Amino acid sequence: MPTAEAIAPSPPLLAVEGVTKRFAGVTALSDVSLEVRPGEILGLLGENGAGKSTLLKILSGVMPPSSGRIVFDGVEFNPHNPQDAKRLGIVTIYQELSLIPTLTVAENIFIGRAPLGRFGLVSWRKMEVDSRAIIARVGLDLDPATPVSALSVAEQQLVEIARALSLKSRLIIMDEPTSALTETEVQKLMSIMGRLRKDGVAIMFVTHRLEEASAICDRMTVLRDGRLAGHLDRDGGPIKLPKIIEKMVGRAASELYARPTLRDVAGDVRLSVRGLRTVRDPQAPHAIVLEGIDLDLKAGEILGVAGLVGSGRTELARAIFGADRIAAGTITLDGKTIAPETPADAIALGIGLVPEDRKHQAIFAALGILTNFSVAALGRYSNALGFMAERRERQALASYRKALSIRMASPEQPIEGLSGGNQQKVILARWLARDPKVLIVDEPTRGVDVGAKAEVHQILVQLAARGIAIMMISSELPEVLAVSDRIVTMRRGRITGEMPGIEATEEKLMELMALDQTQEATQ
Amino acid sequence: MTSTTEQSERSGINVARLLMSFGPLMFLALLIVVFTVLKPSFIDPINIFNIMRQISITGLIALGMTFVILTAGIDLSVGSLLAFCGMVAAVVAKGGTANTLSLSTSGAQGFGWFAALLAAVVVGALAGGVQGFAITRLKVPPFVVTLGGLTVFRGLTLTISNGGPISGFDASMRWFGTGLIGPVPVPAIIFAAAAILCHIVLRYTRYGRAVYAVGGNAEAARLSGLRVDRILISVYVIVGFFAGLAAFVLSARLNSSEAVAGIGYELTVISAVVIGGTSLFGGIGSVGGTVVGAALIGVLQNGLQFNNVSSYTQSIVIGLILILAVAFDRWLKSRVRR
Repeated sequence: MPTAEAIAPSPPLLAVEGVTKRFAGVTALSDVSLEVRPGEILGLLGENGAGKSTLLKILSGVMPPSSGRIVFDGVEFNPHNPQDAKRLGIVTIYQELSLIPTLTVAENIFIGRAPLGRFGLVSWRKMEVDSRAIIARVGLDLDPATPVSALSVAEQQLVEIARALSLKSRLIIMDEPTSALTETEVQKLMSIMGRLRKDGVAIMFVTHRLEEASAICDRMTVLRDGRLAGHLDRDGGPIKLPKIIEKMVGRAASELYARPTLRDVAGDVRLSVRGLRTVRDPQAPHAIVLEGIDLDLKAGEILGVAGLVGSGRTELARAIFGADRIAAGTITLDGKTIAPETPADAIALGIGLVPEDRKHQAIFAALGILTNFSVAALGRYSNALGFMAERRERQALASYRKALSIRMASPEQPIEGLSGGNQQKVILARWLARDPKVLIVDEPTRGVDVGAKAEVHQILVQLAARGIAIMMISSELPEVLAVSDRIVTMRRGRITGEMPGIEATEEKLMELMALDQTQEATQ
Repeated sequence: MTSTTEQSERSGINVARLLMSFGPLMFLALLIVVFTVLKPSFIDPINIFNIMRQISITGLIALGMTFVILTAGIDLSVGSLLAFCGMVAAVVAKGGTANTLSLSTSGAQGFGWFAALLAAVVVGALAGGVQGFAITRLKVPPFVVTLGGLTVFRGLTLTISNGGPISGFDASMRWFGTGLIGPVPVPAIIFAAAAILCHIVLRYTRYGRAVYAVGGNAEAARLSGLRVDRILISVYVIVGFFAGLAAFVLSARLNSSEAVAGIGYELTVISAVVIGGTSLFGGIGSVGGTVVGAALIGVLQNGLQFNNVSSYTQSIVIGLILILAVAFDRWLKSRVRR
């Protein structure tokens, strides 16, 4: 338990002083300072794009700051690479775990430094005994000879923490450690974090999940738009959520996201989802399971789906699109029940999806813009014999290029040469070429520079005006507020709230996205 | 976010791509010049037609292999499949497994050349389809499936032929291997026609676009509504078809179907495709490149032989060229990606 005397006297273990990071023209982090003391858990909070990851990369030695100073344990801290940072005593545990799945728990813990016995050969006995003691510290009771691939995500995380401890790490940075865990696993992780705190280890807990942060953190540092939004201290009890939300949001609706006037959406219900449920897929154990989703989407409407990472928003999109299997529930399109089993089925029915991960799921990096544009509508740009009607195809691309102001050199140019914003416009054009009834866009402006974001929003509004029903998934609240006619919030695979866009505020949405249903009920 | 730096490299990318498409062609021209200087008779039409005949067999398979490699797949079974299809063609042509080495032009025997051709390509396509099914539905990597196929088809060949050759076809069948139309060997014409057809399919049809898309990014292709599994199966059907066609031509040329035919062909075929600039990672490549790649290997083999370089040394040179070609491919990629 953190008490006043535990915090006050100890000098900081880590002090970040006025750190700034600039990338070609963009300032990702501007004059940020924070401190972590031994034996405390510091929460690092902020919305997507607030600069958390940039700060983590600097602290873990992935890249140096442009200016500013970092002091660790009284000494200037200038790691040249992640190994350096580790050796100096700062270990970062990322969402994507870095264990080698085919090796055993013991081998992973002692990787690169196996204990040697006689003749300089590896002493497997000593390795087993030692690793058993090490994993016991994080409350793991399993055979160190188990291959890591047989462990759950939570167990793997604990192994990583154990490894960090065995490296005599004094600061453990955890990047969204709870996003892939179940409720009980989260509780267990929290209790282990508490135990480590007692042992004098400093922990930096990077998270979106406000109530988890509130429950365990002694102090919090909040970032917003790459700047320090403020520090929060525990004051007798846990830090209250409204205080955190205020710091995280803390700005008037940004001028970048000019709010459109309320549009009159009188369309009929296009897409209707009732009682949608999925089950855990052994092939994708980290995917969020959807539970009892009810949703209506009207023609000409932009429905914003707001949710944090791990809320199930992407899974919802994929389920409707036929990319993931549905366990129960019905989907109707224009009053007819549909059951798309593959994306091809969904597309044939008039549904389009602009996926979240553009690089891996949307673009054909090495192929020309022309193919990237027409790939979902090859049937429309070809004749009965299967030959491409290239002239028609090029004309169509040219007209979308103009309409969406896509900046490109030629239709043959590989799409990877375009900026993120222009790539996304090509993907939007891909779906427009099919004249979809329903268009689902998942994080439409991720990796899109600020100027182009507003353009993408404008395009979405225009499409809705043409009668397309648009479901826009986003974790950026200003974006959701800027374009949505109606907003639903999701958390842990459920829909937690709904409101007209005009009534929504970041505070209201954040509360619905971050709260557990149980807490919601008691408020 | 860092779009400005990407944009500025665009001109560099174009140069790289230009090299990627013309690099092998320039190298081919250079080889021809060098061999002609060394021995002017190298450029004689007789020798040129000779080279064309030589490359037509592996060239035909390489056309099919181009489809496979464009999807980031591989087919190691083509050499064995060629032997198997050749044996099937022989059995059909002769109506049995009797080994009568006759060069007589007396009337038709067995079921005739057309049935033999049909049998060879159908068996080849079916075999490819089965492998494609194993790759897509059983989720076994193409390398493993076709490595298994390599052994299976060789075993099947030895089983039906009892280890020996089946020889002696009638003249109408032999014409496909040894005949001439004007001065041009028939196998070369078949290869050229097939190459043009493949080029048209890949470059101008919906199916061709889909092949590139699946190879470029299978997940994006699936989310764009392409039936990825069907396309993957189809490319193995295509390479199987061409292995069957090549088998028919080879048997016709040798007047015999050998149980040991085609050993090691998979390597020559893959080399031709890769030297021609088709990326083993899928999505990039062309039929034109494969034709140039096949010609390059043919010219190299013929030219070295012409200058009395031993076949041992030929192997070394061809192997090194293959590695250099892939290294070049890698280097171009690293420039493009940066």
